[in-house]
Amino acid sequence: MSAEGGVQYSKIAEIKGPLVVVDDVSSAAFDELVEIETNEGERRLGKVLEVGNGKAIVQVFEGTTGLSISGTKAKFVGKVMEMPVSKEVLGRVFDGLGRPRDGLPDPIADKFIDINGQPMNPEQREYPKDFIQTGISVIDGTMTLVRGQKLPIFSGSGMSHNLLAAQIARQATVVGTKDDFAVVFAAIGVQYSEAEYFRRSLEESGALKRSVLFLNTADDPAIERIITPRVALTVAEYLAFDLGMHVLVILTDMTNYAEALREISAAREEVPGRKGYPGYLYTDLSTIYERAGKLKGKKGSVTQVPILSMPSDDITHPIPDLTGYITEGQIVLGRDLFRQGVYPPVNILMSLSRLMKDGIGKGSTREDHAEVSNQIYDAYSRAQEVRALAGIVGKAGLTEIDLRYMDVGDAFEKDFLTQATDESRTIEETLGIMWKIVSLLPKNEITKIKDKYIDQYYTGK
Amino acid sequence: MGAQGRIVWVSGPAVRADGMSDAKMYETVTVGDAKLVGEVIRLTGDVAFIQVYESTSGLKPGEPVIGTGAPLSVFLGPGIIGQIYDGIQRPLRELSKISGSYIGRGITTTPVDMTKHYHFLPTVSIGDEVSGGSILGTVKETDLIEHSIMVPPDHKGGKITNIVSEGDYDLETEIATTEKDGQTTSLKMYHKWPVRKPRPILKRHDPTVPLITGQRVIDTFFPIAKGGTGSIPGAFGTGKTVTLHQIAKWADSQVVVYIGCGERGNEMTEVLVDFPKLKDPRTGKPLMDRTVLVANTSNMPVAAREASIYTGVTIAEYYRDMGYDVVLVADSTSRWAEALREMSGRLEEMPAEEGYPSYLASRLAEFYERAGRVRALGSPDRDGSVTIIGAVSPSGGDFTEPVTTHTMRFIKTFWALDAKLAYSRHYPSINWMNSYSGYLADISKWWGENISDDWLSLRGEAYAVLQREDTLKEIVRLLGPEALPDEEKIILEVARMIKIGLLQQNSFDEVDTYCSPEKQFKLLKLLVDFYNRGQQALKEGAALADIRAMPIVGSILKARMDIKDDQIAKLDQLDLDMLEQFKSITGVKIQN
Repeated sequence: MSAEGGVQYSKIAEIKGPLVVVDDVSSAAFDELVEIETNEGERRLGKVLEVGNGKAIVQVFEGTTGLSISGTKAKFVGKVMEMPVSKEVLGRVFDGLGRPRDGLPDPIADKFIDINGQPMNPEQREYPKDFIQTGISVIDGTMTLVRGQKLPIFSGSGMSHNLLAAQIARQATVVGTKDDFAVVFAAIGVQYSEAEYFRRSLEESGALKRSVLFLNTADDPAIERIITPRVALTVAEYLAFDLGMHVLVILTDMTNYAEALREISAAREEVPGRKGYPGYLYTDLSTIYERAGKLKGKKGSVTQVPILSMPSDDITHPIPDLTGYITEGQIVLGRDLFRQGVYPPVNILMSLSRLMKDGIGKGSTREDHAEVSNQIYDAYSRAQEVRALAGIVGKAGLTEIDLRYMDVGDAFEKDFLTQATDESRTIEETLGIMWKIVSLLPKNEITKIKDKYIDQYYTGK
Repeated sequence: MGAQGRIVWVSGPAVRADGMSDAKMYETVTVGDAKLVGEVIRLTGDVAFIQVYESTSGLKPGEPVIGTGAPLSVFLGPGIIGQIYDGIQRPLRELSKISGSYIGRGITTTPVDMTKHYHFLPTVSIGDEVSGGSILGTVKETDLIEHSIMVPPDHKGGKITNIVSEGDYDLETEIATTEKDGQTTSLKMYHKWPVRKPRPILKRHDPTVPLITGQRVIDTFFPIAKGGTGSIPGAFGTGKTVTLHQIAKWADSQVVVYIGCGERGNEMTEVLVDFPKLKDPRTGKPLMDRTVLVANTSNMPVAAREASIYTGVTIAEYYRDMGYDVVLVADSTSRWAEALREMSGRLEEMPAEEGYPSYLASRLAEFYERAGRVRALGSPDRDGSVTIIGAVSPSGGDFTEPVTTHTMRFIKTFWALDAKLAYSRHYPSINWMNSYSGYLADISKWWGENISDDWLSLRGEAYAVLQREDTLKEIVRLLGPEALPDEEKIILEVARMIKIGLLQQNSFDEVDTYCSPEKQFKLLKLLVDFYNRGQQALKEGAALADIRAMPIVGSILKARMDIKDDQIAKLDQLDLDMLEQFKSITGVKIQN
């Protein structure tokens, strides 16, 4: 990130939280990049949040610790924040603001791109429908991911979301193609060990040279986290739409991002919305998530798998809630399954892929996929009801059919859901297991599948 | 020429400019060197507070602000149908020709192609008296839409002094002149109308005709009338968008205005991909030929999101005035309310509940009041309607939040989406205990005249079964199903059948996606007959297990998918088969 030229203003009027108010400003633009120089000559970056009446309110990414009113200089750079990009970014590790963190020099830039991106014209989007085989049965079978989708993982503290995201990153392929792919990984305020786990996982699978890593770890400045997903997505868009690659972007953990946003909002003394988060949290999150997609006339795609930890496992908390309203579905991890040692502990009833319907079926997976998947959802949901009932009246109080549903629930968790972290199943294998489970039910319980598919695939008596 | 001022302050979509003493409230202005579009929303002394409809990144104090003298208005004329607009009626297809894959700033372009020629057929002659709203002639806009060229509603009226003969004209051609009190007015095939001002009408009618959507839980249980208002609140993942898309696809209106207000970009793309391919079930023409899209997705500038609702409803009123039934779908009004909240916050207004401005309720009321079945202004006489259906996205799925509670005060049909139903994949996940319709009595006459006099009573019987089940479920939860006697167990069984066979509907299934009113009625009758015959059979000593095991049960449950709209006689056959099967398990004692 470079900052040259510009006008220098020295007069700092106020420093509060992550904000600096600069006085006697005659020519600063909204959103403009600012370079702050401390007494000691240290340089920090920031951007203009508000400008007018001779003042500019500047948000300092690296925090305001150590800044003083007297010696600090602010320089308005004359442009918005940009990320230098080129093919050379592949295989590199950057910090949360997009500066090299691997000891190597700045990559030679092919061009500089505004990190805020621009909204895609909905008329120019191409509707995503290419099935991505993740090799993970529960995703491929019941909440299929497609190229250009944004499908977050809703997790809770301590659960196995990182294992799952890393497995998706390692195994994801589009069957029958040899398209160029890349992984962009952004660590947003996560522990160093988690970021390192991803790096190692990508290295071991040989994918590191096709990856770009942006690391803002828990001990890095919090306000930087506002920028981290944006520089990562800027690089992803460049790889996808300039170089034609299929890019999988993993953002973890978006909860830390939202908290940084709340911190700035509080410092600006804005009227808060729910739980102290700013009223524009939805709009702000959408400027990140909506950067997934495919474009007409362009070869590549940006697929996003953001990870967020739900505070107290509460899906109605503003962060998962507003995310769910923007993303195209969600993969929800369940505490109960996790406690039972199930991996991946996906609660399918709360999970959903909105784009699944167009990514599956004849020509991409198999013609019976949608219906067998509906039946699995229905059966597992019935199984949960029966389990609850059995908890009250005991197994003896259940009917013959109820017992069958108990078997379905057990088989679903044991044979379908459970999978090793290095096990990649083909879609045929996954569908085979689904039919095995459905076949535990008598035919007249199968109300969601057409007779012709039952005749073809049903293996029960 | 309007006011000419200078920017003094910028923060996100909000800009303050001084030197604006000539500006009017709600006047459109161009902001900055980039000529961004904005609207004046407060005036204090010579300082104007402006909401900007485009990204303000890079805007500086000192740049110019120029008034246009006119309020935010939409273009109304042929060429609107089939378009996709942003919140301030800029055509997104045209924008992409100028700025490519992303939406550029400061671009001006006309909402329709002004050079296109339309074949105009005059319906008035020289000397005729016309008034505001009168039809001058028609052009064929699409295969489905005969577009009436109307005198603007605020026109003073007068005598036609000139009218062009039948022929092809572009939009800027003067097609007629009128004269009144020595004043001559020139009329073209289009006019403009300010979006925040409802188009005037002659009078309102009662909403007595149902809007048939082909969705059973709506038409049969919680119907909406043409010209009515409805709301569909639900947490994410409950199927709001799919339900709204279904209504936009299958509703028996002639025009659909679909507003994507702060929602996902891909959802608009989906409509753009699907609708040209889908055929209107009544006319066989592509659905796009009757649809207008207004798309201001979540990541597009927030102020234009606020405007998009008004842009959409004004277009809807325009087609209503031609005598069409128009459905307006707004997804989602919550994002519109959030845009209001954001601007209100920047204006530093005193917030009411959850930071929303105190005028949230009155704005919602004004919006929903623009629905109605009306007699249009001018001659000849014609009736049209605007039905407004608004989605609400309550935070955390909590229906007590301000947008949901205020909306409920101004609408008559309420479709409450339920996350629990969605989790068990019961779609559409409209909760039958929490939803309601205020139009049942008004529209039962239509069902009586067109389908059957029994409709209202059968609906009541089926609904009673669902209500009974709701209470019995509590007992089952505590004691298990075996605690109930058989005549109550059969209620659970029939309720399950109503849910699977009637309430659930698979919008991705070729047959099930649309269900005609006749088929809806026959399915309803099958289920109610099953219930009554089942109760009778139990009294005659039949075993519940035998009733459950009848092969007809499976056939009834799959009838919605197996029997096409043109094979409805098969449903009568199922009814006869059912009677036979009941007879065989009770030894021929069941009647009818």
